[in-house]
Amino acid sequence: MTATDTARPMVEVRDLLFYYGEGRDGLPETPAVFSGFSWHAIAGEAWAIIGPSGCGKSTLLYLIAGLRKPRGGEILVDGHPVPRPRASTGLVLQDYGLLPWATIWENVALPMRLGRFYKGKGANGDPVRPYPRPDIPAEQVDYWLDRLGIADQRAKYPAQLSGGQRQRAAIARSLLQQPNLLLMDEPFSSLDAVTREDLQLLTAELRAETGVTTLVVTHTIEEAAFLGRRILVLNSPPNKQPRVVDNPGAGDRGYRGQPAFWEKVAELRGLLAGVSEAVVAPS
Amino acid sequence: MRRRDLLLGTLSLLILWQLLSWLLRTEVLPGPWTTAQAFVAALPKGLWRHFLVSGYRVIAGIALAMLLAVPAGLILGQSPALNRFFSPIVYITYPIPKIVFLPVILLLFGIGNVSKIFIIFLILFFQILVVVRDQAAAIRPEMIYSVRSLGAGRRALFRFVFLPATVPAALTALRVSIGTAVAVLFFAESFATTSGLGYYIIVDSWGRLAYPDMYAGVVAMSLLGLLLYFVVDGLERYLAPWMFLRDA
Repeated sequence: MTATDTARPMVEVRDLLFYYGEGRDGLPETPAVFSGFSWHAIAGEAWAIIGPSGCGKSTLLYLIAGLRKPRGGEILVDGHPVPRPRASTGLVLQDYGLLPWATIWENVALPMRLGRFYKGKGANGDPVRPYPRPDIPAEQVDYWLDRLGIADQRAKYPAQLSGGQRQRAAIARSLLQQPNLLLMDEPFSSLDAVTREDLQLLTAELRAETGVTTLVVTHTIEEAAFLGRRILVLNSPPNKQPRVVDNPGAGDRGYRGQPAFWEKVAELRGLLAGVSEAVVAPS
Repeated sequence: MRRRDLLLGTLSLLILWQLLSWLLRTEVLPGPWTTAQAFVAALPKGLWRHFLVSGYRVIAGIALAMLLAVPAGLILGQSPALNRFFSPIVYITYPIPKIVFLPVILLLFGIGNVSKIFIIFLILFFQILVVVRDQAAAIRPEMIYSVRSLGAGRRALFRFVFLPATVPAALTALRVSIGTAVAVLFFAESFATTSGLGYYIIVDSWGRLAYPDMYAGVVAMSLLGLLLYFVVDGLERYLAPWMFLRDA
């Protein structure tokens, strides 16, 4: 699988309206997080979504994951609306995504078990909610454990692992079902600096290996600049216009040491502070 | 707990019992040796049958409570709307000592097994329901989101998240309330019946002032409680080994 052979959009957000809470009269209780917001990501792209707390970056990810419903407009993933989560979208959260009662092997193998659980349904080929593949072989579990460097932790429980190892397991689990879209919500925020940079590099490598479209939500400017070939900058709600920064150097091992990286970091910092609106490149 | 500690504890209790019996010098408190002899002698003469009857009643009550309280707790824990409706009812009925309904239950279900099983069920049901409900409601949304994102629907969530998350909690609740269940059984069996350890201790032995026999019954009842406790404890360790991890 190569990264982009077509310019097919993997995620399409059209005229999105979203707000939390609903008053007695059916009107929003809080101001809209997104209003008339349109944006898209081409298949195979590596995106970072950055913004201050409360800007709606996690909300956008949950909407794309099918865990929240748009109040207006529509969101298409791989050409279809997402009323419910689809198995071919991987989701990695900051923490607590693993089952504490299952070993690391069992946790990573969960998509395989779910696939067998829904064996009959997968055959119907429901396009809206593709069920997990019923035919993931157990060797694939071992492969991903090995690839993520946690093969020797397979018999342990999540509580016995470090935060970094837990996130490796979460990534292995999301890759087991060969997703075409990988969503990560602040995946490395609770990790120490060295572990975080290790996992950022690993994420970039895995993206290059699998060609999966990735959206990484982060509040760390350096993380956005390292992982996002394209960076969506959100500001205080309501978000109406997407502001996108191109960052072609992202994902390369040595990028962090280059002046271009630090220039990009400075540019992002300026954007987030609302200083240099002029450099915004429209999507 | 280690086997050696358990043995040591038993030995200490036996010594204490013996000392107390020597100190009081009354036939109301026979020593452990006398009691052991009475226990062995009484076993074939009916004690064994009473033990089985009591065991059947308490296990049936437990099984019924688990069978109904676990699904009910799961449903309430998953559905805030249902829980809003039932929560005040559970809140009010939870602290009511269910044993006060025993006369009513005896009138409704007779003096046989059914009334005993029902009162045990009634007491355990609420204990387990509340624990399972709270446990199911406390599951982190991140975990549910993660598993849903893997393509799990309602059925799979139930099977792979809610059930494994709550059954160990139900067993813990059960382990804690086994003492209550056996105590209630003893009380329910101590009148208007002709079988069970409560009957053996109160009506049969105490009535005849046969103190060693009475203590044999007390020992049998204690063994019943202890045995159930061990079984549930073992089940907990078997079904939820992750709850007994040493620090990583």
